[in-house]
Amino acid sequence: MENHVIQYQTVHFNLNGKDTERTVDVRASLTDMLREDYRMTSVKKGCEVGECGACTVLIDGKAFNSCIYLAVWAEGKNIRTLEGLLGPNGELSDIQQAFVDEAAIQCGFCTPGFVLTAVEILESGQEYTDEELRKLLSGHLCRCTGYENILRAVKTTMYRRLGKPMPAE
Amino acid sequence: MYDLKALYQAGTVAEAVALRLAHPEAHIIAGGSDVLVQMREGKRAGVELISIQGLDELRGVSMEADGTLRIGSLTSFSHITRDPLIRKHLNVLGEAVDQVGGPQIRNIGTIGGNTCNGVTSADSASTLFAYDAIVELTGPDGVRRQPIGEFYIKAGKVDLREGEIQTAILIPKDSYERTFGHYIKYAMRNAMDIATLGTSVNVRLSADKKTVERARVAFGVAGPVPLRAETAEQAAAGQPVSLQLAETFAQAVKADINPRDSWRAAKDFRMHIAVESAKRAFLESVKLAGGVL
Ligand SMILES: Cc1cc2nc3c(=O)[nH]c(=O)nc-3n(C[C@H](O)[C@H](O)[C@H](O)COP(=O)(O)OP(=O)(O)OC[C@H]3O[C@@H](n4cnc5c(N)ncnc54)[C@H](O)[C@@H]3O)c2cc1C
Ligand code: FES
Ligand code: FES
Repeated sequence: MENHVIQYQTVHFNLNGKDTERTVDVRASLTDMLREDYRMTSVKKGCEVGECGACTVLIDGKAFNSCIYLAVWAEGKNIRTLEGLLGPNGELSDIQQAFVDEAAIQCGFCTPGFVLTAVEILESGQEYTDEELRKLLSGHLCRCTGYENILRAVKTTMYRRLGKPMPAE
Repeated sequence: MYDLKALYQAGTVAEAVALRLAHPEAHIIAGGSDVLVQMREGKRAGVELISIQGLDELRGVSMEADGTLRIGSLTSFSHITRDPLIRKHLNVLGEAVDQVGGPQIRNIGTIGGNTCNGVTSADSASTLFAYDAIVELTGPDGVRRQPIGEFYIKAGKVDLREGEIQTAILIPKDSYERTFGHYIKYAMRNAMDIATLGTSVNVRLSADKKTVERARVAFGVAGPVPLRAETAEQAAAGQPVSLQLAETFAQAVKADINPRDSWRAAKDFRMHIAVESAKRAFLESVKLAGGVL
């Protein structure tokens, strides 16, 4: 560490609909900045090497692992975390409620990441097969639920948003 | 916090080249899905980084006047798979990179990083070898173009010279036109796994679809760097389309490949799946090209 020069940089971005700026250490990951500077504690530190998806956030509408993303790369981006899905009085969004209803949560550590990937899937407005949904969700690990209920939560919300009945399983 | 010593951010290709010359010890970071992971593992601990993440000029796929497909080095895997030019002319590449990691990795990982890491299992590499891709490098003396087979020096080492960055991957028209290809990634899991073997085949059939004009096959993890199996290609060229030809072609790959034993798979097993994958990918390519078997 002796020869390390502490380097800071100011980043300007939009977080959950609000423009913001912060001066951050260039060594920070996006997870570090969101958790430490913004108290967005839905962004979990799981593996921190891109394997588990617990740190997933939406950047310009797409899912990224914030643990392998430099905080300074946030410059000019629109970033969304789970906190941004809540209504004005803390109401759960439809996809969060579906995770509750389908018992797709046990310890909850993987849940924010899964929900954000689900948001990207749902916002595409497309109808996906089970096989496609499994592939779209495959960047997340869950050590508790066995995935079936998670898949069902995403699927029921997809059909609800599309205004179509859910096909019989 | 990552254990990095300093970060330099390039805003243009010229700036990136200048930073490379000013900081020859620094490592380039594009999407960071190799670099940041290796930094966490301690392999690149304490290094200086030159970030090229901001070089939007290197993102996207376009067609040059002579029909060459140009893929900017910072184009992400998910972008390549969605891209209309790729879907139309080089669908097998989109199909191959759609098997990298999981969705989040495909949003951040770039084709430049996937080829500059020099890794034999890189899911884009075998298809790029099978199409004789040209690597475009930009350095202090301007632009240099090099066939992908010469770009790879040895495992983990590519021919990036002083001050250079990779700026594009080019696929010439005479290489991709009228071809149909198929990629098979053999791995233990469907997602988030590194290939035990990657096989990319493409064929060009005669107008009546009865003869193979040209067949190409390249592998990842069949040697220390990705490689073409030219004996098999020669065995198929000019031959009538048939099931027997698929068998002959597939058996011939054994002359050119040299897989090794690793914890992922034994050498014999890799040999076996190379032959089987070559056969299946050949048959699928012929079908896509409209050939009747
Ligand atoms: C969880 C996980 C799963 C993965 N799964 C797969 C998989 O299934 N298949 C697969 O192929 N890969 C996989 N990878 C590896 C990685 O995502 C890819 O190799 C990716 O293409 C790297 O691109 P990048 O832009 O992130 O590279 P970086 O990490 O930024 O760079 C990789 C290397 O290339 C150099 N470099 C990058 N761009 C340039 C350039 N333009 N000019 C000069 N040098 C450059 C860097 O210095 C570095 O040495 C996985 C990674 C993770 C974390
Ligand atoms: S914590 Fe980022 S992928 Fe596991
Ligand atoms: S609910 Fe515990 S990891 Fe998914």
